[in-house]
Amino acid sequence: MLVDQLLKELITKMGDDELIIGHRNSEWTGLGPVMEEDIAFSSMAQDKIGHAWALYRILHEELGGENPDQFAFMRSEKDFKCCHLTEMPIGSYDFSLMRHFLFDHAEAVRYNSLLQSSFTPLQLLARKVRGELKYHTLHADAWIIQLCKAGEESYLKMQEALNNCFQLACGIFEPGPNDAMLAAENIYPGEEVLYEQWIEHISPVLTKAALDLPERKQPVFGGRSGKHTKHLQPLLNEMGEVFRLNPEAIW
Amino acid sequence: MDSTITIQAVYTSLEQVMDPEIPVLNVLELGMITEVIMEDEYLLIKMIPTFAACPAVEIIKKNIKTTLEKDLQIPVQVSVDKEVQWNSNRLTETAKEKLRNFRIAPPQHHNGEVEMDLLIHTTCPHCGSENTYLRSPFGSTLCRAIHFCKNCGMMFEQFKPLS
Repeated sequence: MLVDQLLKELITKMGDDELIIGHRNSEWTGLGPVMEEDIAFSSMAQDKIGHAWALYRILHEELGGENPDQFAFMRSEKDFKCCHLTEMPIGSYDFSLMRHFLFDHAEAVRYNSLLQSSFTPLQLLARKVRGELKYHTLHADAWIIQLCKAGEESYLKMQEALNNCFQLACGIFEPGPNDAMLAAENIYPGEEVLYEQWIEHISPVLTKAALDLPERKQPVFGGRSGKHTKHLQPLLNEMGEVFRLNPEAIW
Repeated sequence: MDSTITIQAVYTSLEQVMDPEIPVLNVLELGMITEVIMEDEYLLIKMIPTFAACPAVEIIKKNIKTTLEKDLQIPVQVSVDKEVQWNSNRLTETAKEKLRNFRIAPPQHHNGEVEMDLLIHTTCPHCGSENTYLRSPFGSTLCRAIHFCKNCGMMFEQFKPLS
C-alpha cells in the first residue's frame, strides 16, 4: 500500500512534467522560426502528451487512479507536481531550445534507469519511450551545437539561455522525501543519482558547443510539492477549457 | 466458435486493414499484430502501436474489428499488447518495397540503437541517390522524418527507424 503511494507520487510528477512541457511545445505550432522547427516542436508536443497519457493510464489501470482525461484536465493547480522549468512561457526560441535540450536529456536518463525498474508497467513503458526520446535528444543536440558555431551573437544567446535555464532545470531533480524508499524497492534510483547521470549526458554536448556549465547554486524547487509559478494557472485554464465545457462528451 | 474459420482466413482478412496514415501498408506488413487467439466465443487480436502517441491507434483497432467481423462473421476483440514494443525492424521487406514505390524512404535496419550516422545518408526514393541529407528528424506524422536529395533536388519523407 505504501509502495503504491510512492509510485503514484513518482508517476504523477513524471506525467505532469510531460503534459505541461508538451503543451508549451505545442505553443510553437505556427510560430517556429523555420518550418522544420515548427513541425519539430509540434511533433515533440504530441510525443510528450502521449507519454503523459501513458503514465496517467498506468495510474488509472494499476494504481486505482482517476480516468486519465479527468486527471489531466480537472485537477486544481496545487495538485499538479510539474517542475517550474516546464511551466515557463516559451519566451524566445533560444530559451525554448535550451529548455528542450536540458529537459529531454533528463528524461532520457530517467527512462533509461526505469529499464531496470521492479515496477513492470514502468519498465515496459520505458522500453517504448526510449527510442522515441532518442529523436528528441538528437534534435536538441544538433541545434545546440549548430547555433553555438553560428557566430558570436548566436553563441552568446545560447550561453545566456543556458544560464537562464540551468537552475530551473536543476529543479527537475528536486529530491523527494521518499526517494530512498523508492530506490530500496528498485523502482528508480532517486533524483540525486539521476542528476549526476544527467550532467554526464549533457557535458559532452556542451563541450562540443563550447558552452560553460553554470554551477548548481540555487536549484528552483517547489513544483514537486504543488507550489508553482504564476504561469501555470493560466496554462491550465487554457488547456482544460474545451474539456470542461462538457467533461462527459465523447469523440 | 465456428470451427471452419482458419488462422489463414484471419490473416487474409487482416491483410485488408490498411494504416490510415500510410494507406499502402496493411497492419501485418507494419508488424503491428503480435498475436491471434481463437477463444471459444470470439477471436482475440493483439496489436501494438508504432509510436506511443500515435493518434491512429483507436481507428486502426476499430478497423480491425469491423473488417474481421464482416469477413469472418464472428465477434472480434482487439487489445493493445503491452508486453511487446514496436520497433521499425518489424516492417517486412514487402512493406519496405511498397514504401519506396509510394516515394517514402523505408527505415534502415538498426541494431537496437538509432544514431545520427544511420540517418544522414538515407537513399532517395525518387532517384535512388545516396547524396542526401537529413533536413529534420520530425515530419508530417510522428513516424516520418524529412530529407533532401542533392542529386534530384527533391524533398522526401522517410518512415524513420525506431529502436
